[in-house]
Amino acid sequence: MLKILKYSFYDLMRSRWSYVYFLFYLLLGTVLLFLNNDLSKAIITLMNVIIVLVPLIGTIFGVMYYYNSKEFTELLLAQPLKRNAIFLGQYLGVSLSLTMSLVLGIGIPFILYGIFRSDSIWNFSLLLVTGTFLTFIFTALAFNISLSNENKIKGFGYAVLLWLFLAIIYDGIFLMSLLLFEDYPLDKLSLIGTMLNPIDLSRTLILLKLDISALLGYTGAVFKKFFGTNFGLIISILMLSLWVFIPMLRIIFKSKKKDF
Amino acid sequence: MYIRCIRYRITKFQKFLITILIIGIHTTASYSNTLIVCKTCTHQTITETVNTAVAYDTIIIKKETYKEYNIIIDKPLTLIGKNYPTIDGERQGEIITIVSDHVTIDGLFIINVGTSYTEDYAAIRVKKSKDFVIQNVVLEKLFFGIYLEKARDGKVYHNKIIGDAVEEYNSGNGIQLWYSKNITIEHNFVQRVRDGIYLEFSDDCLIKNNVSSHNIRYGLHFMFSNKDTYEDNTFEKNGAGVAVMFSKKIKMSRNFFKENWGSASYGMLLKEINDAEISENTFEENTIGINIEGSNRIQYTKNNFINNGWAIKVRGACYTNIFVQNNFLNNSFDISYNSKLNDNIFNNNYWSKYTGYDLDKNGIGDVPYRPVKLFSYIVNRTPETIILLRSLFIDILDFSEKVSPVFTPDKLLDHHPLIHKIE
Repeated sequence: MLKILKYSFYDLMRSRWSYVYFLFYLLLGTVLLFLNNDLSKAIITLMNVIIVLVPLIGTIFGVMYYYNSKEFTELLLAQPLKRNAIFLGQYLGVSLSLTMSLVLGIGIPFILYGIFRSDSIWNFSLLLVTGTFLTFIFTALAFNISLSNENKIKGFGYAVLLWLFLAIIYDGIFLMSLLLFEDYPLDKLSLIGTMLNPIDLSRTLILLKLDISALLGYTGAVFKKFFGTNFGLIISILMLSLWVFIPMLRIIFKSKKKDF
Repeated sequence: MYIRCIRYRITKFQKFLITILIIGIHTTASYSNTLIVCKTCTHQTITETVNTAVAYDTIIIKKETYKEYNIIIDKPLTLIGKNYPTIDGERQGEIITIVSDHVTIDGLFIINVGTSYTEDYAAIRVKKSKDFVIQNVVLEKLFFGIYLEKARDGKVYHNKIIGDAVEEYNSGNGIQLWYSKNITIEHNFVQRVRDGIYLEFSDDCLIKNNVSSHNIRYGLHFMFSNKDTYEDNTFEKNGAGVAVMFSKKIKMSRNFFKENWGSASYGMLLKEINDAEISENTFEENTIGINIEGSNRIQYTKNNFINNGWAIKVRGACYTNIFVQNNFLNNSFDISYNSKLNDNIFNNNYWSKYTGYDLDKNGIGDVPYRPVKLFSYIVNRTPETIILLRSLFIDILDFSEKVSPVFTPDKLLDHHPLIHKIE
């Protein structure tokens, strides 16, 4: 598996898209810092961008990589290799290279600006952790989609739809249901609703850091426990790990059964 | 003959002068009488010394622990503690009661005030007196700290009050004023009591440079008190922040309100306040910066609202308030309104969320700013929706509301938002 991981990783490192992705974040980070001159404000803007963009890139890139390297995968399958190793190796290769572009692209301008000497360092590391989780989650989901769909166009379609659903439509439905049931106690429902969507989940992590004073304005006891203590942080990170783990299991399961 | 007559008169006048002088010298002599209290001195307890002292005496209390309470000061005296002597009330009742004018209390350490559910025992109570000074006093384990009752023209300066209050119903206030006038409260440090500083029916007071923090209820609490000024104070982590209610003509400037968190917690709560001036204050990381209800003709200038949940929450019945040259930086919500009606003026403020442009480079944005978001309206209605804050969907909603306001007051605009922060 490690060998395949290494191969995919180096292959992607040489690819143009990794550079484009890396340069995009480098530019974004530099411009934000250059325009704002205020670390915490730049981090807030980056958070908004990362929450939307990282899932999109993760899904599209994952699907693209799978379909492009399909022939090579079939060649590998002919060798005496475990299917687990092949697919997990490829998946981890893609996720790691995307994560590296993200971390380096954002990290370099912030380190040059002097993040280590500022008190925003925790917010910044949380930002990177969230970005990494989102990359792993959405690449895994993309692999799931492409494993289940032979048709390239269909696969891309589903991938974009998945992103659109989780990034925007889900929140719309969520908001409507909260407004619809406003006469009932809603704090449990709203927390569960958040847990079921990785994008919302990462958003909550960020809210815990940035908007804690507003969140504590609500009286519900469940809310208070969730946001007022470290409980919320721990649960959110656990749920994010679950969100990586379950799609990964499905990749293994699906790849074992699939006919090529 | 005539001249002699005048001469005689002068001498008589001189005699009169001399008599006055002699009387004067006598009084000064008695004024400078100093009595010393310590365990080995002739005076061993403070109560006894106060009883034997004559008006305008000075009593010096040496460092020792005195287990006394109900010390009643009924003549003009100066009590000075050397190196903070301890007066331990053993939770029996009130410790010092001042019922005379011109009393000074300086440098005492008072602990263990009695707790009662029927009487407000205080460490130091001033009753119907004027021209008093209470300074450098340290109070611990108290019920009420310094209680001024129908007092006037006094000074409460540089005291430290550290309580251990847990519940509202069985704790007292740090500094309480009741029907008092023209009092200066300066450089005090109040912590962990019910209300840090409480004013009721007290006019013309100056509250300056105090630090009031970690109190169970309010850091500062105003009720029916007019024409007071408070400036350069710090109010931090209080249960419910600062409340100013039913008062007129109050001036609040250069105060610092920080980290007042909770569902009923405000940097400042204004209720039925008219004609006040609120300027150059800083509100940082409060759940609600200022909560306004039924308050009219208030001038808000050059305040900073930084990282609050809601910078300003307007609950209703607020007319002709003017918000000019304030900084709104990174608040989750800048302004929240619960009605569509608006009679308040917002002008020349700096909003960190402003996205307009300034083509003529005059430092004023060319597009008006709309501080009330649709989402703040939604959160007002269904508070649980707060969990969707900063979601892309919400941003889209806010944007469409910004383009054509339906739910938010459409006339609430800052027509001249600033491009740069006000320093």
